[in-house]
Formats: sequence, structure tokens, C-alpha cells
Amino acid sequence: MKIDIAHIAKLANLPLQKEEEGKLATQLDATIAYIEELSQIDTSKVEGTNMVTQTKNVYREDEVDEFTTLSQDDALKNAKHKHNGLVLVPAILEEGDNA
Amino acid sequence: MDLHTLTIKEAKSKLKNKEISSLELTQAYLERIEKIDPKLNSFVTVTKDKALQMAKDADEALSAGEDKPLLGLPFSIKDNFCTKDIRTTASSKVLDDFIPPYSATVVSRLMDAGIVHLGKTNMDAWAHGSSTATSDYGPTRNPWDVERYPGGSSGGAAASVASDEALAAIGSETAGSVRGPASWCGLVGLKPTYGRVSRYGVIAMASSTDSPGPLTKTVEDAATILEVLAGKDPHDATSSSLPVEKYSETMKAGKKMTIGIADDYFDGVDSEVVAKVQEALKLLESKGHTVKKIELFDPKYAIDVYTILMRSEVSSNLARFDGIRYGNDRSYFAEEAKRRMMLGTYALSSGYYDAYYKKAQKVRTLIVEDFAKAFAEVDVIIGPTLPTPAIKIGQADDPMFGEKADILTEPSAIAGLCAINMPVGFSSLGLPIGMQIMGRQFGESTILDLAYQYEKETEFWKQKPNL
Repeated sequence: MKIDIAHIAKLANLPLQKEEEGKLATQLDATIAYIEELSQIDTSKVEGTNMVTQTKNVYREDEVDEFTTLSQDDALKNAKHKHNGLVLVPAILEEGDNA
Repeated sequence: MDLHTLTIKEAKSKLKNKEISSLELTQAYLERIEKIDPKLNSFVTVTKDKALQMAKDADEALSAGEDKPLLGLPFSIKDNFCTKDIRTTASSKVLDDFIPPYSATVVSRLMDAGIVHLGKTNMDAWAHGSSTATSDYGPTRNPWDVERYPGGSSGGAAASVASDEALAAIGSETAGSVRGPASWCGLVGLKPTYGRVSRYGVIAMASSTDSPGPLTKTVEDAATILEVLAGKDPHDATSSSLPVEKYSETMKAGKKMTIGIADDYFDGVDSEVVAKVQEALKLLESKGHTVKKIELFDPKYAIDVYTILMRSEVSSNLARFDGIRYGNDRSYFAEEAKRRMMLGTYALSSGYYDAYYKKAQKVRTLIVEDFAKAFAEVDVIIGPTLPTPAIKIGQADDPMFGEKADILTEPSAIAGLCAINMPVGFSSLGLPIGMQIMGRQFGESTILDLAYQYEKETEFWKQKPNL
């Protein structure tokens, strides 16, 4: 199996150098070959386990939790680019685009 | 008296009887860190001023007669736990300047219990590894031989306690990251049942197995800390609402147990490690416990299941680090994190999900059922923790090193069981060797009970590395 490294890097939003792509491709192919041994195990009658402790549907009231709420200043403290109390993000649309 | 060589139990009693103050104790640890950490690199950040202030506050509380479970005791905390106003990097340059605006629940509970926080310990970056080789701040060195790794990912945590730079450490395990370094550094390392301890505010690795836990010198210290850490947290929906036991008392039950052992857990393991674990089993038998051979699912398949589940969850969890709200951008990720994210993204991508992630979740079910069957016959399962004693710096460069090294801790982690590493002696080179006692989910009292019985007969923790 050969992985399309450039495609996966795009999905993962990872900037890769050309030489990195080559090295990763070799390593990932080897890892995939390694984990292929799982196909030896018959799981045709088995359901998957997502939650090992059987905890299920834990709900909470739909209200503001003060404990997990940050002030605007605290929320912005770690942002490198900000403007007028907001986080500046890279542009997605080009100038002149009609959204 | 060397203040920095105490256990929690001893330090608590000396503080209570006013033989020492928390400030004296804290200063002893800070001096120790200043003296030996340049050699070991256990810490990414030392919070000296905060620690001294916390110690003074603790002394005031002690004089006022306050009684908190960890009042005035100096701890180190792994650098993947968010600590309000204290830099938290997970040993990655992506978070080189990240100052969390809030604390993890584990950290809040420790603060409420009165600890003095000495600093944040080094780890494999993002907890990806079993040695600290992948830390962006350089590896931590094993106090028993500084040319070797301490294990990982909680390697700084383990080195800090083994070298007496901290009274106790808080680490976290996804599959082996507490037990492993405890084994290589000669410590008690407790990996609680999944959901026993809150994950809120812990920088996530694989959310379906992440479990915070203590690294300590003694079993009683681990039990005392677990009493503080465990319990329902409304901010982590996967935390369990089962009542928390008084582990420091239940561990003294002295129950005679049936111990399961499986041949597959000894296959391919270093002969000195096998011999020491066998010796420990003989000792337990001589104390009235029964050792019984059992069959367990071959742990080699756990490597595959764990690699798929963990790397998939890693790719999803690390997607949030975009450098926009905090931290640096994605070009700062180092090789190991990229390798794991790439495989995880591939395994979750369209057309491959069923073959990898879904398949792994199904085999996980078989592993869970297999343990359930075993625990119908035995109280605990014992095996080596890691296949070898500590390896030399520079020998962890296999692109699947972490996953392969943790073969013996992965099955129980995937099944969400609790387990504890116990020191069982030393190799011919003087390196610590560990065995793990695995228990049922929420069976912490049982594994602590057997660990405590074993410790009373051996007391390997009293031996110290020459530093």
C-alpha cells in the first residue's frame, strides 16, 4: 500500500518539506504493514467499544457555567494577533471575492 | 536529616509535630533541584517564587491547625496539566509560550489539598513516546544511570521523585506512561481506572485511554494522593460517579489473593526482568497468595489496536493547535507528532475508517472481554511492566518505538483497567526493574492491597541512586 502523503498532509493541515514527505511515506508504509496483522482476527460478530467504562449519555443543564467561562482579556491573553478585543485570523477569502 | 528524602507519610507527621516547616522542606527540594537538575533535566519550568509563597501559606495554615491531606508537601506536576498562570508546554515548542488561563481539575484538587507546587516536569512532547527522547527541551536522564532514559512519557516526573527533587509527582498515562517510567526509575506508579481521575485541563493525547496518576516512593503515598485526585468531575463527562474509597485504609486489608500470570507476558522479555518478577511471585506465594496460570489475548495485537486508536485520537486532538488563539503555528510540530497525526488522519480518512479505526475498536472489545474472563478466575494479574531495564540515550529511534516498548501495558490501558508498577529489584548493572499488578476496573483497593503487602517484605524504595 502506498499512502498519498501530500493528500493526508493537507487533511491533517501539516506543512511538510519535500524530504520530510519521503521519510514519512516510508515510515507510514512500514507502520501500516505492521498493523495489518489485525486482519487475522475474526471480528465479524463483534461490536466496537468506544467507552470502556460503559458510561453513557452524561447530560448537563444547558446553562452558562461560570467555572469554565473566561473573561475576554483572559481568553485573548495567549493570542499573538488581535484587534479591537478580537482574535485576528488568517484571511480565507481573497479581496474582491463575493461571499 | 536529609529533608528531601522523606515520604509523604513521614513529611506529614514531621510537619504536624512542628519538627520541620513547609518552608524548610520546600527550600530543601529547591536546593536539590538547583544542584542536580542541570544533570537530569527533570523540569521544564521550576516555579521557585510561587513554591516559596505556597510554603509560607502552608505554614500559616499549619499553625492555625488546618488539616488538609497534602498540606505543605512539595510536588512536581507533569507539563501536560494546565496550570493557571504557569507556562504549560507539553514539552512541545508549539506551546513554548502558552500560559493557561485555568487549571486542570487534578491541579485544582492538589492545590485545595494544600500542596506546594515546585514546577512542571519534562515529558515526551505531547506524551508521544516512552523515553522522553521526543521532548523539544531535550531528554531527561535516568537518576540511576544518567547515560540512560528514565522512561516516558512521564519521564521527568519519575526522575524528579527518584532523585529526590520532589516528594511526589503527578504524571499521566495513555498506555504505560506512568507505569513505564516508574519501572525504569524504581518507583511506585499508579495508573488508575479510566474515568477514576478527571481529564479536564490535561492536554489530550488519546481521550479514550488518558488517565492521570501519581508516581511515588511508597504504596501508601500513592494511595493518599489517589484519594485526593479521584472522583466525579462535572467538567469531564467521562469521569466516574462511583464513590471514592479511603485507599490508604483499604490497602491494609491484607487479603490473600489469586494471582494470574500469562506466558505471553513473559515471552521475549529480558531474562533479568523475568527472573526478578518470578522472584517476586515466589515471595508472594510464600506469603499465602496463589499463583495461577491463565491465558490472555496475545499482547502483540494490543500494539496494533493501540497504534490505530491512539494515533487516530491524537490526529483529532492535535487538530486544535493552530497558533491562532494560543501557541505557535503547526510548523512547530516535531517529527513524532507529525508521524502520529499523519497515520491517524490516514486511518480516519474516507475509505479507510472501517479497515482501521472500526476494526481496532472491535478487537478492543475482544481484549475487554478477555480480561473480564480472566478476572472471573483471579483477583489480579501480574507481569513485567516493560520488556527491558532502562535503555541508553539515543536508542529510541524506531518510528514505532513508543508503541512497541509499551506492549505489556497497552492491553490493560485499552481495557481501561487499573494497574500499579512495583519495584522488584535491580539488574546486574544496577538498574531498577518493575512488575505491574493489574486489577479490574475500579479495583484500585485490591491492587494497592497486594502492592502494600509486597512492599512491606521488600522495601526496594529505600535504595537510592548515587547522584
